[in-house]
Amino acid sequence: MSLADSVLNGDRLALARVLTQIENDTPDGRAALDLLFPRTGKAHLIGVTGAPGTGKSSLVNRLALHFRTQNKRVAIVAVDPSSPFTGGAVLGDRVRMKDLSGDNGVFIRSMASRGSLGGLAQATAGMVQVFDAAGYDVIMIETVGAGQSEVDIARLAHTTLVVEAPGLGDDIQAIKAGILEIADILVVNKADRPGVENTEKALKSMLELAHPTQRVYSHHGKYMSVALPIEANTDMWIPPIVKTIATEGNGIPELAEQISKHAEHLRISGDWAARERARLESEMETALQEKLMSQFRERVPQVRYDEIMRQVFERNLSPGEAVKLLTNGRTK
Amino acid sequence: MSDKKIRVLVAKPGLDGHDRGAKVVARALRDAGMEVIYTGLRQTPEMIAEAALQEDVDVVGLSILSGAHMALAPRIMELLKANGQTHVKVFIGGIVPDEDIPRLMEMGISGVYGPGASTEDIVKDIREAIK
Repeated sequence: MSLADSVLNGDRLALARVLTQIENDTPDGRAALDLLFPRTGKAHLIGVTGAPGTGKSSLVNRLALHFRTQNKRVAIVAVDPSSPFTGGAVLGDRVRMKDLSGDNGVFIRSMASRGSLGGLAQATAGMVQVFDAAGYDVIMIETVGAGQSEVDIARLAHTTLVVEAPGLGDDIQAIKAGILEIADILVVNKADRPGVENTEKALKSMLELAHPTQRVYSHHGKYMSVALPIEANTDMWIPPIVKTIATEGNGIPELAEQISKHAEHLRISGDWAARERARLESEMETALQEKLMSQFRERVPQVRYDEIMRQVFERNLSPGEAVKLLTNGRTK
Repeated sequence: MSDKKIRVLVAKPGLDGHDRGAKVVARALRDAGMEVIYTGLRQTPEMIAEAALQEDVDVVGLSILSGAHMALAPRIMELLKANGQTHVKVFIGGIVPDEDIPRLMEMGISGVYGPGASTEDIVKDIREAIK
């Protein structure tokens, strides 16, 4: 029996092995993915991202417990950074997820970012597909929210939670590009901490800049109204702000409800299919690029490549001209 | 495979709360380029075996300072075996009387390290063990 068949039969060790193969991008891993792919496309993928220390792991722990009460099988991919110097990593997310131990309906996998360009998102996408094929209903992907690779991972998800906590920065932090723009739901965790109102206010004002939700607002004491096309709002998702205290479980049912509301919104608006399509397209493009690149490398002799590269280095050719030369050489 | 990383689960079974040693070792392994899954205090043998399975680790490092190693180690070995993870190498660090070491090695433990052990030796032994 192949590893992929064992995964479909619920063999947890086989599942763990396939995840390793995919993480290491081995031929076995790729072959397993090919077999598992037709079984994917059922799970709800939830991305959880935010700065270190905002409580992502604790939140994921509580959410998983909540989903278990609804009898959903839950998989968690927890990504922590690799050292850029040694390539090593300490993956500590399991420390906050002890409550999930001993439950066969939960599978937690820690993953080091390994710092490869774009490779992380690809490996994560593959791992998520394995969980999906293995019948996990909810797959949570937890990442430290900084930089492009995390944004790429968030794009994998149907629903992205951005976790904030009081005391991490002012409203300018909140309108910086990137991380907040990807949020489908904003979570203010550690809501028992002082400063929670400021954090919430900053996020609210950030949202209002992005989505003019208020029809009437006060400006220097005068009330001014904004005319909004009413229909435009009905099918637009405005990220809600949910306050939680993950360590105590406060706000978790409300958060879970927003998550299921978002899933419903995606299905009704057609965004679910659109997101799936965009994701699969980028996956296919990556595979295509790799394939074309390796074909190209096979056909163009290294000597010729080096010679043209030398001319680029001496500024005789621009990189664009070099590529033209190289590809024409191939087709002739 | 050149990019195959050594994955190590570092766990503290039992009830003592001294995790300094486990953290020092976790960090040393990280600096040696390994991926360390740190699970923290008060883990049961079942929790450790389950984590080792889900994480598909090559090595399990146990930190035991409570004196309960002769009860915990065989249980963990048994569970790893039951899960089909016979290839996983198990190392113990902590306070282990000399006379217990041969018995632990007999059980299949790959190495035992007491106070004063060098992290370099631990790294070297792990690399050696999973070759």
